[in-house]
Amino acid sequence: MPWVDACAVDDVEEEDVIRWDHEDQTYAIFRSVDDEFYCTDGLCTHEQVHLSEGLVMENEIECPKHNGLFDYRTGKALRAPVCEDLRTYETRVGNGRVMVLVE
Amino acid sequence: MSKSTTSIGSELTVRDYSLTGANTRQAIENGLSAAEWYHSDVPRKKLKSLMKRRDAPAIHDTVIWIALHFVFAAGGLYFWGSWLCVPFWFAYGVVYGSACDSRWHECGHGTAFRTRWMNDIVYHIASFQIMRNPVNWRWSHARHHTDTLIVGRDPEIAWMHPISLVLKALAFVGIVDTWTSLKTLMRNAMGNLSQEERDYIPESQWPKAVFWARLHIAIYAAVLVVSLVMLVSGAGWKSLIPILLIGGPRVYGCWHFVMTGLLQHGGLAENVLDHRLNSRTLYMNPISRWVYWNMNYHIEHHMFPMVPYYSLPALHDLIKDDLPPPNTSIWDGYREMMGSVMKQRVDPNHAIRRSLPPTARPYREHLHLAVPERNTGLEIGDRGGT
Repeated sequence: MPWVDACAVDDVEEEDVIRWDHEDQTYAIFRSVDDEFYCTDGLCTHEQVHLSEGLVMENEIECPKHNGLFDYRTGKALRAPVCEDLRTYETRVGNGRVMVLVE
Repeated sequence: MSKSTTSIGSELTVRDYSLTGANTRQAIENGLSAAEWYHSDVPRKKLKSLMKRRDAPAIHDTVIWIALHFVFAAGGLYFWGSWLCVPFWFAYGVVYGSACDSRWHECGHGTAFRTRWMNDIVYHIASFQIMRNPVNWRWSHARHHTDTLIVGRDPEIAWMHPISLVLKALAFVGIVDTWTSLKTLMRNAMGNLSQEERDYIPESQWPKAVFWARLHIAIYAAVLVVSLVMLVSGAGWKSLIPILLIGGPRVYGCWHFVMTGLLQHGGLAENVLDHRLNSRTLYMNPISRWVYWNMNYHIEHHMFPMVPYYSLPALHDLIKDDLPPPNTSIWDGYREMMGSVMKQRVDPNHAIRRSLPPTARPYREHLHLAVPERNTGLEIGDRGGT
């Protein structure tokens, strides 16, 4: 289970998200208002829309297509039309880089 | 405004608007379902600021909305027995029976308020007023945004072919819609979801759909009982008051939301993947915009559904150079729409195709062909459409 260098810390604005593609998988990397980094699957569990185009509000990400809501720290689905939780991945920060533990 | 009516998108010889029929299979096979849609370019930073939620604008509007219910109802009751009560009931009808549609819509998207429970409360009140099962319609509207005007996929196509102008005219007085809505609520309340409802509502949500239908029906039954008791007690015409207050405005006050709602996609193209071809943006008077919560910016809403209603005018200013020119008024919108609708009654494949300004990117009717993630494995030549 390798740690993979995903992006620079500065690539993600505070309270925002970016898309990160790695080995045929797409992920979303979040930076919270507390300057913590989180990573989830990149596509909404409802209809496979890229969450990186959504809106981050505090600890939640809203899907850009149907406004479904997830807690990006836990992946928990919070509001219809999403019912299925997002998969989350462990992250760590070092030397100005964000690393993700992909499986 | 330069425009033409022409065949756009996948031409269909038979239209089956059911969600489980031949056109459903065809839409999925042709990559029209859950496809990638055209978006105007908006810098991420700008879009983020437009998507930003605030409670204040919707609280302000909701306080006024609720207050108007009381003011107009009080006027209607005070002047009961005189013709002076009519304008009050007329206004009450619009505030209840039409403004509820936009509140239902915006709060269903979760964009009106920043605070989630505020969206949920107004959503449920408005769903009750408009007689929509709050669970069913949340899912049907999600599908409407995924597959806007895709035949066999979108459950909310207002202008289904063949178009019945009689039914459309009757919609303005709400009788048919109200009867249909009550029948659906009653069916749901008895624990029965149709095959189509089961198609677009996840199974985990079915018990909630039944619960809310039962609650709505119970309230309407209580209103009816109160009215009947008043009638039996000799209240005469006053026994109508409970129904005029609750439920009745769905009939006598729905005309405004029907008027604006029919304009959203009327006369435009089915089976395309560019909202500039199947949705209409138009300018309208400030009262209608308030009742409608700015959904006259309908292309903008479909392109960027996360932008709250109070930011749609700013979004419009930002991307209008990439959009067809808006209709200048409700009247202008109807003139254009009805001209196309009359042609569609003869040839359902006709649709309005407005000229884009020189600053706009061209229409992309078959955007889905270029998106690898949506690739169905078909070659371009295998696909239907023009």
